[in-house]
Amino acid sequence: MREMLLHAWLVLRKDLVLEWRARTAFLSTLVFTVLVLLVFNFGRDPTAIGPLDLAPSVLWVTFTFAAMLALNRAFQLELENQALDGLLLAPVSRHSIYLGKLGANLAFVVVVQAIALPLFALFFNVDVGRVLGPLVAVMLLATVGFVAVGTLFSVMVIRTRFAELLLPVLLLPFLIPPLIWAVMTTAKLFAGRPLSEVVGWLRLLAAYDIIFVALATVLFPVTVSE
Amino acid sequence: MNHIRVGRWISGGALVLLAGVYVRALAFTPIERSQGLAQKIFYVHVPAAWATMLAMGLVGIASILFLLVKDDRFDRFAESSAEVGTAFSLVMLTTGPMWGKPIWGTWWTWDARLTLTLFLFFLFIGYLLLRSAVTDAGLRARYSAVLGICGLVLLPFIHLSVYFFRTLHPQPIVLKPSAPSLPGPMLVTLLCSVTVFTLLYVGFVMQRYGIAVVRDESEPRHG
Repeated sequence: MREMLLHAWLVLRKDLVLEWRARTAFLSTLVFTVLVLLVFNFGRDPTAIGPLDLAPSVLWVTFTFAAMLALNRAFQLELENQALDGLLLAPVSRHSIYLGKLGANLAFVVVVQAIALPLFALFFNVDVGRVLGPLVAVMLLATVGFVAVGTLFSVMVIRTRFAELLLPVLLLPFLIPPLIWAVMTTAKLFAGRPLSEVVGWLRLLAAYDIIFVALATVLFPVTVSE
Repeated sequence: MNHIRVGRWISGGALVLLAGVYVRALAFTPIERSQGLAQKIFYVHVPAAWATMLAMGLVGIASILFLLVKDDRFDRFAESSAEVGTAFSLVMLTTGPMWGKPIWGTWWTWDARLTLTLFLFFLFIGYLLLRSAVTDAGLRARYSAVLGICGLVLLPFIHLSVYFFRTLHPQPIVLKPSAPSLPGPMLVTLLCSVTVFTLLYVGFVMQRYGIAVVRDESEPRHG
């Protein structure tokens, strides 16, 4: 178990180092995320709909797109020079590879979200600071769910035709349940409702995360074995 | 070849029986008091929903079995069941709004069951798209099995996520803890229809399975 986590950490670090040295994927995802926020701002009639009515949906649709973009690139790097084969030949278990990839994708998406959240607060005039703790909890719980399923699917679609198109088609139905819960929770939080009203949604999010991380860890070796 | 022929006979027989079910539903089953003739669609809609759920459940089970024993027959079955399930889910999704408009006053509502079945449909579509996008037969079988299992696990979550919304959909009247509250003649018609739809499912899947066998014989699998 310890060895598995250590190997996962090594895979995670390798991915993040690569990401840090190139930075293009990260910067493009970030710029894309900010642009989506801008598009939403102009996609509403400001006299008819107040920014706060739309804020939870905007936040989550933006995060969903950002996660999708990040997941598309998750295994793209591994295709060059058949790096994936090298990774599979290394004496680490397939579960470690999955967990490492999951961690790296999670870090990637969380950093994008951490930068996008203040901008969202700025653009939509939402007092995020008041509910920061619970909001971060919802963001983390939902993102783990997004990324857990997405990492599994991205390794499958990468060897198909139309990978960039296929990933959203396969992934979006799986993102709907966490998305619904996250939007509901965020709306309650922004409306200043007590925490007891959102605990149920948070529990569902946590259950989703646990089940899909476990399921994806078990199924991942099937998708990469030769 | 054998599967195709047997499947054809079963489907043919089921189609004849289906005509019988329609005659029974339209002429020999009492008209529901509050809904009138619109209620007749119930005898198509509910069996189609049943066949869709059956198809999805069996895709999931066949996917698990495929990963356990790596037998191509399970993969072919999952493929066939998914395609037939897509057809039945389309029947369900078109007959539903046709009933909903006169009775609810709206074609569509984001009700738990409607949302669930819509996602079932999208899962089927995604599953079939994935199958068509993978060229290597071995990979295709494994990938689609993974997706089939994930889909099976996802369904209760979708159900949970929309469970808390207000519902317009009629509550179960047959499969519920107490005795069925459907009047006798209507219940008989419904059960006949469910049986016929199940037969149709079996017949269609057998034909589709037969086609998959012929295809695999003509282009042997690798990997």
